[in-house]
Amino acid sequence: MSAPARRAPLVLLSSVSSDAHTWNLVFLQLLLEETGHRVVNLGACVPDDLLLAEVAAHAPDAVVISTVNGHGHADGARVVAALRAGPAAADLPIVVGGKLGVAGPDPALAEALVRAGASAVFQDDVTPARLVTTLRAALGPAAAGAR
Amino acid sequence: MTPGFGAAVRAAGELVVQPRMGFADPRAMRAGLLATRGARATTVGTITVDSYTRVGDLAAARLAAERGTPLNGYPIATADPVATAEMLAAAAFPVQVRHGSALPAPVFDAMARLGLAATEGGPVSYCLPYSRVPLSRAVPGWAECVRRLAGSAEDAHLETFGGCMLGQLCPPGLLVALSVLEALFFRSHGVRDVSLSLTQQTNREQDLEALHALRALAARFLPDTSWHVVLYAYMGVYPRTPSGARALLADAAELAVRGGAARLIVKTEAEAHRIPTTAENVAALELAAAAARAATPDPLPPPDTGLLAEATALVEAVLDLDADLGRALVRAFAAGVLDVPFCLHADNAGRARSHVDDDGWLRWSSVGSMPLDRGRAHRAPALSSSGLLAALSRVQRRYDEEESRVLGDRPSPAALGPA
Repeated sequence: MSAPARRAPLVLLSSVSSDAHTWNLVFLQLLLEETGHRVVNLGACVPDDLLLAEVAAHAPDAVVISTVNGHGHADGARVVAALRAGPAAADLPIVVGGKLGVAGPDPALAEALVRAGASAVFQDDVTPARLVTTLRAALGPAAAGAR
Repeated sequence: MTPGFGAAVRAAGELVVQPRMGFADPRAMRAGLLATRGARATTVGTITVDSYTRVGDLAAARLAAERGTPLNGYPIATADPVATAEMLAAAAFPVQVRHGSALPAPVFDAMARLGLAATEGGPVSYCLPYSRVPLSRAVPGWAECVRRLAGSAEDAHLETFGGCMLGQLCPPGLLVALSVLEALFFRSHGVRDVSLSLTQQTNREQDLEALHALRALAARFLPDTSWHVVLYAYMGVYPRTPSGARALLADAAELAVRGGAARLIVKTEAEAHRIPTTAENVAALELAAAAARAATPDPLPPPDTGLLAEATALVEAVLDLDADLGRALVRAFAAGVLDVPFCLHADNAGRARSHVDDDGWLRWSSVGSMPLDRGRAHRAPALSSSGLLAALSRVQRRYDEEESRVLGDRPSPAALGPA
């Protein structure tokens, strides 16, 4: 008997409220789909309320927040804390990455995001392979459907 | 009396160079403007507005100022107007406000209070790539702001951002068409002094052809309007090495002069890493000015590969949709007559695709429903994440060649921005 087929894990991919950049999101969608994830891509300038509503609506296995405009440490910490405060994302893996501040990589910004509830935080030093590995580890059993 | 923005560019007699500069603190912003004016180059100043103000979140902009949180630009709508006025009086040279707002009323209101009459953007170029605002709201929002600006200042100047959609990987025929259409939109709402933007992309010959096409269409469609062309130094993933960044900027300055642009928006050595300092901006302005002075305009247009015909077909197809250009633009995107590749906005059809070919020319892989000859589309392999990254970082790789051979690493996804 073979194990029942598992559905590919669903990743909700988003920017933060003030960040208009999208190439990072286009790239990550392709990368996540190639590595066996389903992706809902919310695009640029996602208000906190919309991100919370989309998490509740899609019930994803993980949230990936990518941001490059330098406001990510502030917007990211705010929305991650809001996600953690609600029932839909209290236990979800939430990965945040990108250019988080206006002055280059800074460990303090990553620590603040972890304190706000992020499961993992990346700055400019991440490779695609490491991102996928980290996401799979964070997904745990839910990653089994991913290639 | 400070001359108007467009008049200053026309009177310059050489390529005008301009930074992308915005600091939250009025003292830093003032120092930046003074340093721009003092650079060994013909310059105009820039106040780039922070992202909270751009999206209309003025409460967040105020809160950041109260808490001392660093912002990525000047919060023009919420900053102390006295400090801003003093800053502008000290600068005393033409200044353009750069923002990125799909619904720009707060920025235009602040400009009116401060007596600033030069800005940029457009109903398409600041909506589709940078916001979730429906195009059908951005168009009337922009129309109202443009009308008010035209009515309040004789020297009102508006620059289209349509020649820079998404910063990279948009075939230039579409960029030229969008830049012309936004200039016509500004003109239709009363602004008589405009600039048309275009971004440097992946191939110098194609960029030259695009600049010539843009000038040809501006001459044809804007007969009773003062206009000039502004080139943006490469907007995509920027070289990480100082030498690579400098070489790319020098090439942009040469391209601007050869192709007949009157103004250049520079990028700095810090671009790949963080928001540049004032000193890095001044170094970039001076390097670009020196490179421009060593270049001469091309005596003849470049070989015609059909770019002008493509841009003309797109402009004419949109103008045919509705006598009101704003409505025509909304209908054009709804029908896919205009379709920006890789644009995630809900109002973009998303059927067109592009790629960079082996010679570095940007090509259509699919023209979607745009009224273009399907022969304009060239076969390309299905796009993968690594293929996208390779296309996005092609220019960076070329200019960083020496250093990346030593490091042997790949660009990180976090490097995909700011455009």
